[in-house]
Amino acid sequence: MAFPFLTVLGLLPLVLAILVWLSKPTAGRVVGLVGALVTLVYTGGVIAYTKVTSTPVTESLDWLPIIGAKYSMDLDGMGLLMVAMTVFLVPAVLIAEWKTGIGETGRFSSKSFVALVLLVESFSLFSFMSFDLLVFYIFFEATLIPMYFLIGGWSGAKRGKAAAKFLLFGLAGGLIMLFGVIGTAVVSSSQGTVSLNFLDLATTSFQDSVAVKVIFLCFFIAFALKAPMVPGHIWLPDAAEETTPGAAALMVGVLDKLGTFGMIRICIGVFPVQSQWATPVIMILAVISILYGAFAALGSKNLMRLIAYTSISHFGFMVMGIFALTSQSLSGSIFYMVNHALSTGALYLVIGYMIHRRGSARVDDFGGVVNVAPLAAGFTLVAGLASCALPGTSSFVSEFMAIAGTWTRHPVIAGVAVLGTVLAAVYILWTYQRMMTGPVTEATRDRITTDLSWRERWALIPLVAAFLVLGFWPHPALQEAAPTADYYMVTAAAHDPVAVIEEGR
Amino acid sequence: MTPTSFTAPTLDYLLLVPFLIVLGVACLGVLVEAFVPRAPRFATQVALAVVGLAAAIGTTAWLWVDGKSGLIDPFSSTIVSGTVLVDPPVLAMWAILFGFGLISVIGFAERRLHSGATAFTPMAAAIPGSTAESGAREAGLVHSEVFPLALFSLAGMALLVSANDLLVLFVGLEILSLPLYVMSGLARHRRLVSQEAALKYFLLGAAASAIFLFGVAFLFGFAGSFSYDRVASAVTFTAGSDPLLLAGLGLVGVGMLFKIGAVPFHSWVPDVYQGAPTPVTSFMSVCTKIAAVGGLLRLFYVALGGMRWTWQPLLAGVAILTIVVGAIIAINQADVKRILAYSSIAHAGFILVPVVGAVTVGNMLVDGQAGSVASILFYLVAYGFATIGAFTVVTLVRSQGHEVTDLSAWAGVGRRHPVIGFAMLVFLLSLAGIPLTGGFVGKFAAFAAAWRGGYWWLALVAIAGSLIAVYIYIRVIQVMFFRAPESDSAEVDVALPGGATWIVLALCFVGTLGLGLAPGPVLDLLQSAAAFVIPSAG
Repeated sequence: MAFPFLTVLGLLPLVLAILVWLSKPTAGRVVGLVGALVTLVYTGGVIAYTKVTSTPVTESLDWLPIIGAKYSMDLDGMGLLMVAMTVFLVPAVLIAEWKTGIGETGRFSSKSFVALVLLVESFSLFSFMSFDLLVFYIFFEATLIPMYFLIGGWSGAKRGKAAAKFLLFGLAGGLIMLFGVIGTAVVSSSQGTVSLNFLDLATTSFQDSVAVKVIFLCFFIAFALKAPMVPGHIWLPDAAEETTPGAAALMVGVLDKLGTFGMIRICIGVFPVQSQWATPVIMILAVISILYGAFAALGSKNLMRLIAYTSISHFGFMVMGIFALTSQSLSGSIFYMVNHALSTGALYLVIGYMIHRRGSARVDDFGGVVNVAPLAAGFTLVAGLASCALPGTSSFVSEFMAIAGTWTRHPVIAGVAVLGTVLAAVYILWTYQRMMTGPVTEATRDRITTDLSWRERWALIPLVAAFLVLGFWPHPALQEAAPTADYYMVTAAAHDPVAVIEEGR
Repeated sequence: MTPTSFTAPTLDYLLLVPFLIVLGVACLGVLVEAFVPRAPRFATQVALAVVGLAAAIGTTAWLWVDGKSGLIDPFSSTIVSGTVLVDPPVLAMWAILFGFGLISVIGFAERRLHSGATAFTPMAAAIPGSTAESGAREAGLVHSEVFPLALFSLAGMALLVSANDLLVLFVGLEILSLPLYVMSGLARHRRLVSQEAALKYFLLGAAASAIFLFGVAFLFGFAGSFSYDRVASAVTFTAGSDPLLLAGLGLVGVGMLFKIGAVPFHSWVPDVYQGAPTPVTSFMSVCTKIAAVGGLLRLFYVALGGMRWTWQPLLAGVAILTIVVGAIIAINQADVKRILAYSSIAHAGFILVPVVGAVTVGNMLVDGQAGSVASILFYLVAYGFATIGAFTVVTLVRSQGHEVTDLSAWAGVGRRHPVIGFAMLVFLLSLAGIPLTGGFVGKFAAFAAAWRGGYWWLALVAIAGSLIAVYIYIRVIQVMFFRAPESDSAEVDVALPGGATWIVLALCFVGTLGLGLAPGPVLDLLQSAAAFVIPSAG
């Protein structure tokens, strides 16, 4: 057997997490950060290796033959983007949260933070790489546990309750999905496919019965809870409010992507007929998410909640692009998943620096920050504008593709969704205005005494650089997203609508 | 049917070796208790029990290997004139029972936690609070009758799962129960609660036995025989609508469900689990449940298999009730042992879900897939590791030499003791059925079996119930890791146990994670042992 590149990639952070726990409190952070960077370099190496030699890195081992589950790992375009995004974001989070847990009593230690972040990284990498439904499910669920401790271990006063809410919602979604997984196993094996491999399931033609519709709905509900769509979003603002900015970035940047990722992998990939059956409702829910998230962000007084609501709006765009089922909107959504992690991740981190200095997350408690910390204000503006898809940032490319692709099939939906982009500009700029501009308030002068330190800058620079570079030169990412989008178009037997204007000629 | 003449049963000793070893070692234990001098007695008992159970496991494995390779008589041989059967599922259950019995017995041997004594009272017969009792305690007496009692109970369990005859089933049930009644009353501390538990268990257990026996009488009246084969053929013959049969089915079912701890026959569980010494609780909650489920399986699948359409809906109702009641009441409990007791009730419900599915090798199981029997056995093994592990952690959380089972006193325990905290986390997550632990694979296989049997709605309800049950464990985790300890409970601490408890914890931890990470071989093995042998009715 060839070298198990992907298994090593998934295990690397896991082993590092154990090492971090075993090392001394002060050394733990260093071990963790170096390890996260090693993981990043290793991922780059694996990607380069597959591209240069065009050798597949597929792995497959019998795991639970009696149920048909195999330990199957592979890296398609979408998986590659998700993996790259994850390993890229984690070091930034670790650098930004370098001081979390130090000198705080009644909280977990700082090395536990690092170890838990690495556990989240490991489990999410495994689920992004998994090509087996059961293995995907297992890691999908497993991410909840370290994230639960990340939310519950540090920061806010009500963090215990928020963590429990996060876990209960996560497990609720997980158990709903478990019903779907069991159903898929039973139904597919009764149709002769004793395999849970996504590729095998894609070729299994499920009879369109009530049971299969229920199975599909289970998956969709679980993913809609994960990539929070209205009305399944209510856990996210609470969890984001009570956790540390780094953990929040990880949660919305990586973990919630498992939801949209699953929608493509499973809803579109395995149950295309049922997906198309449910598309009208899903489209409406997506638009509601876009608008609701935007309005809630406008009305939000707490910065952490505000960013969480903007994410709900962004996830609405992704879901819309996915279920519009055109190759343009699908690749746009896949690309959007990466961009959202970069821009929202950066936004969470820089806002987190401000919150830490000010000691409050209320928008009203700031004012005139640009005068005392111009760099922080600048980074906030850049990250915010990237988040609201200003041209020149990578989000613009993906959001445009998602909307334009949707337009060809559902013009009304796309038209309403465009309102979301307008609102995005409003909530970002208005928040910037309230926080950063205007006269320097007394509290700002007392608390925000320093601008960003070099450590804090280094957490942000890679993220900002990435979304700027991809904004002007999106080709490398789109090159990966397009084949995946095409594959799912073929699996779903969908065709891009032909533009009307060509018909007239 | 009139008995004509008595024919002495022919005993196939070879196939009975594991059972006979356990029974023999138990008898030997009684002699040791009587004749070996005090100083080496405890060590002798421990060694005897451990070696005996290891030998029983070894011989079970040997029978399995030889039976598979055809070296000894195929499993279909009915022994003891057809009243006992040693077929693959029986061997699997024996191995599981003796395995968990061994782990429990090792746990019984813990002495460091109790500063040299055991978890059991030095003089069980003394009145609580009397001078005889305090004298015995001050003299540092250690009694070791718990070892032979546990082995007797295990022998009864082994007989119960291998019974092919209603009377043998009853005898097994009684051999299982009587030692447990005594063991429940052996707690060193809180003697009154313990004795109350024993008495309650005895009274309710006796009533359940009577109901069971009543049902046996009905079934005998219906079939004219105690033998499962005869009952099965009589069921086929009458199309299963005879009132005698229905009454017998119901009453026998009640007797078995009582031992499993299913709602509405569960009322003894919380009190007995709370009052009994914690090592005994863990033994009881795991081994009794395995044995009772094993007995129920053969009874319902083989003897009453033709009645499936009658008992499936009934059991489905019991399963739902058990899951919901167990999980909801557990949420309100303030005592860790009671929480685990109600959790074990909820788990009884989850185990009944694949029982209802009834996908067996005999009926609709496609080759190479996991059926009900394998799923149930896997679930029981995963449940056993996690439950014994969790109860063992309960024995470690102490204050002034006593176990502290008040949940609020557990605040922050997991954070102050990361190793024990992490182990407890794994056990609780497994009980909650979270992936990467054995509990998840168990739940997956169990619910899939129910679905294969056509009971997809039951799987749906069970999953909804799982969500309620998850909250039980999150609550404990939440307290252990996130709640700051109250000032007056500062003395609560995790006591460092001796080697015996560490062995138990390590085995349970490895078992729980191992079943979650690499369940394939175990599930395959259990599936290959899943076919009940049904001797042709002679």
